[in-house]
Amino acid sequence: MRPDLSRRSFLKWSAVLGAGAATGVLAGSSNDLLVPTASADKAAAPITVTPHVCAMNCGGGSCVLNLEVQDGVVTRIDTDQQDLAWSPAQRGCQRGRSMRQQLYHPDRLKQPMKRVGKRGEGKFEPITWDEAYTTIAANLDRIIKKYGNQAIFYHYASGVLSPVFKSWPTGIVNRLLNQIGGYLNYYGTYSSAAYSFAAPYILGGGSNNSVDDMVNSRLIVLFADNPAETRLGGGGQYQWYLKAKQAGAKVIVIDPRLSDTAKAIADEWIPIRPTTDNALINALAYVMITENLHDQAFLDKYCVGFDESHLPAGAPANSSFKSYVLGAADGVPKTPAWAESITGVPAETIVRLAREIAGTKPTCLIQGLGWQRHAYGEQPVRALPTLAAMTGNIGRKGGGNGTRPGGKSSVSLTGFPLGTNPVKASISCFQWPDAITHGTELRAKDGLRGVDKLDSNIKMIWNYAGNTLINQHGDINHAKKILADESLVEFILVHDIFMTPSAKFADILLPDRSSFERTEMGRDATSQGDRIFYTPGAIEPLYDTRDVYEVCLRLAEKLGVADKFSEGRTMEQWQQWMVEETRKKTPTFPTFEELKKNPIIKSKETPPTVGMATFIADPVKNKLATPSGLIEIYSPQLAKMGQDWGLAAELPPIPKYVPAWEGPESPLKEKYPLQLIGHHVKRRVHSTHDNNPWMEEVEQQAITLNEIDAAERGIKDGDMVKIWNDRGTIHVVCRVSKGIMPGVADLPQGAWHTPDKDGVDIRGCINTITKYHPTPGAKGNPQHTNLVQVAKL
Amino acid sequence: MSKQLGFYVNSANCAGCKTCQVACKDRANLEVGQLYRKVVKHEEGDWVKKGNAWVTNVTAYWLSVSCNHCENPACVHVCPTGAMHKRAEDGVVMVDPDRCVGCQSCVWACPYDAPQYNPESGKVGKCDFCADRLADGKRPVCVDACPFQLISFGEIDKLEQEKGGTRWIRGLANPNRTMPALRINPPKGAINSPTRGDGK
Repeated sequence: MRPDLSRRSFLKWSAVLGAGAATGVLAGSSNDLLVPTASADKAAAPITVTPHVCAMNCGGGSCVLNLEVQDGVVTRIDTDQQDLAWSPAQRGCQRGRSMRQQLYHPDRLKQPMKRVGKRGEGKFEPITWDEAYTTIAANLDRIIKKYGNQAIFYHYASGVLSPVFKSWPTGIVNRLLNQIGGYLNYYGTYSSAAYSFAAPYILGGGSNNSVDDMVNSRLIVLFADNPAETRLGGGGQYQWYLKAKQAGAKVIVIDPRLSDTAKAIADEWIPIRPTTDNALINALAYVMITENLHDQAFLDKYCVGFDESHLPAGAPANSSFKSYVLGAADGVPKTPAWAESITGVPAETIVRLAREIAGTKPTCLIQGLGWQRHAYGEQPVRALPTLAAMTGNIGRKGGGNGTRPGGKSSVSLTGFPLGTNPVKASISCFQWPDAITHGTELRAKDGLRGVDKLDSNIKMIWNYAGNTLINQHGDINHAKKILADESLVEFILVHDIFMTPSAKFADILLPDRSSFERTEMGRDATSQGDRIFYTPGAIEPLYDTRDVYEVCLRLAEKLGVADKFSEGRTMEQWQQWMVEETRKKTPTFPTFEELKKNPIIKSKETPPTVGMATFIADPVKNKLATPSGLIEIYSPQLAKMGQDWGLAAELPPIPKYVPAWEGPESPLKEKYPLQLIGHHVKRRVHSTHDNNPWMEEVEQQAITLNEIDAAERGIKDGDMVKIWNDRGTIHVVCRVSKGIMPGVADLPQGAWHTPDKDGVDIRGCINTITKYHPTPGAKGNPQHTNLVQVAKL
Repeated sequence: MSKQLGFYVNSANCAGCKTCQVACKDRANLEVGQLYRKVVKHEEGDWVKKGNAWVTNVTAYWLSVSCNHCENPACVHVCPTGAMHKRAEDGVVMVDPDRCVGCQSCVWACPYDAPQYNPESGKVGKCDFCADRLADGKRPVCVDACPFQLISFGEIDKLEQEKGGTRWIRGLANPNRTMPALRINPPKGAINSPTRGDGK
């Protein structure tokens, strides 16, 4: 039965691909298109199995995909079956298992193109690779000469996370740009801007316990953390959460949604209003302080700023965390009743939770990244480590410091050599629209780093494997206006495998190769122990595509730096060089020949690690990288920054609840009564897989409303609804559920913005209505901070 | 019957990722709309407003279901051509494409939505317990796919002895009708029903 089905399916693909080529957008050289076909007349070719890894940015993993190849076509995908106690089988998730639908998708970009309509209109014409290279090189040369290298922006993009070809944070493109004078850098990420900004102020880079240490916890409390829908492949972190549950830990999940993590492992789900987590944590602290449940000895020894007697020099009276919680400074004690009215969590629940966290040792407090993508995301990031300190769980087996779960460090693979960027300036990854419209006016308080001011606004964008130009950025309608103005950004280069909403704004659009068409190499040690892989492409590259190395090499030729760029090496020779360089530092690292024979090598057993253990053992000798060397619940650096930037109320030195501009206490709630969040949905990795039909079948793009909110609006499950606020309008299907808090709506992030003739997004991209309003400290993206109204269409 | 193959699904820990569903689809090359294995959600409970807070007892769970290769299969009974049959040696319910006329009686009869009509071929397809993989000495693809190893298979009596489990949780049809070769580790609170989940 199988060969018949396979052949039929391939023939269908070629039919679809043929039709796609004839519709006009990609017309021109359809003879060049390589289409996967298997002849029905021919005897079945033998099946070979090529081990490969997943190169998606789910946040870890690189799970194993064993590709069955017949006649040059990937016909099936299997996965890892080697199960080791310290390294569970790294089985691909639903997204990885559906990769054939992406590889052979009829909408793959097949040849280079240039824009022929207005920018953003999506009208393109095929061109030759030489014309593409000539145009790009001429624009690079012209813009650098006219405006300087600061005018070149390498855009935030995380679509390719394979270690060699990666688009984030830097890779092959950055080597080329560095060799022609550099480019404007960005800092932070759309995933974790406030987290990476704020956590070091309290912990000074102190690491958390490795995720596999969770099996030693008695109580695990997850705040805004949902790894079962994000990091769920067998190579991802969630594996250990489940093992901890199966080992007997009690699990409590705090989330506006009854997430799949909560469904699968929670003993208790505590729903909470988005943007209010800090109020909950303040009230938990209130209960612990007033009932004397906190670990005063730990706080005295390891922390700064918990109480008045441990404030750093220069801090004003009543500025300690304890004073804030008890209301000494503002007259508002942060009681469970106070928090109930803000968070929607019953006061009794808060009291019970505080006693349970304080009374259970060890307790592992984990934060996800969801809660820091809001208006004042810098606050809860520091609040949970404060709670971890108050309960003495830091540096303890089965406990942790209240940040993200940690990984294990081991051999670091030498990557593609980037050289040095002569441009020292950088902006927050989220703030490029400001750097386009008034970059030269940005100062430190606006998030500019490395220089006092920029010499030029952004004039060219290089966007390789990314969709934050439009789709993943805040307030798409705002971004569109800026990008469409050709007098602002003069040239946009996009290199991708699909016509994404961002790709539509390209001036030159280059077709990339996908992971299965190239040799991936790297190591992954985030959660399953060290793993090294060298997995060759499983099939010949499809269509007239080029990978990023070849694109940069050809551009280097046009720009006169080819020898410097390639150093005479082919890509395979570069990979061999990386292995040899790694072996110079770590002689036990396998040779290139060994890697070729064993494409995936797993680690030997390594025990779980306890973060900050040396600091806990001797805080005088092993200081943290904070000014005091201690855990800074009160950060004098943040106090100064808040003063200098005129943001003292929004960026306080201790973690406070700061009401969000579009939160449950906003006056705008009269007009737009629902808080809209956009969780990371299991059917996509960010915006990747949105066009994958098997993933749409896994979970149709839809807004979810609580049954009470739906009933008030006469909405039934499956109805089409309109979602709107002052920034935009969306039409999408509505799912009615019990599994979301009343007053909260959820539209999973990552759907491809698809405006109709009136500008209404008919696919359901949340960024059609999110706000471009950078957070005060990180200047990060607050994309879970939205008030909207919903009505039946 | 000497031997009956069946599945054991640890639904208590299932996060509904649907990797089993997709791996199954990949193996069988199924078009959108046809699923030999699917993962379904069940929600229950209520919300009560208390002052400015919400009190809830809502809970939800996922269950991965394929053909359950029932001991008393409704699909086999209603098939007019004998295409749908129960394989003697291991109790696997299979459809013979040469004899299937696409009448879809089985589609209507099955309480688990297991037989899937393929409009292109005009015939019904379904989970065949990965007969080709079994013949090669491999496990069914869903068993090998679950990233958390929550699906097991084997002779159903042995599976039950080894792992226990119920044959019913809320959301599934009454098991007394077809006697599914399925055992489930039930999510908390999911089996308190008149049929007690044991099918007796």
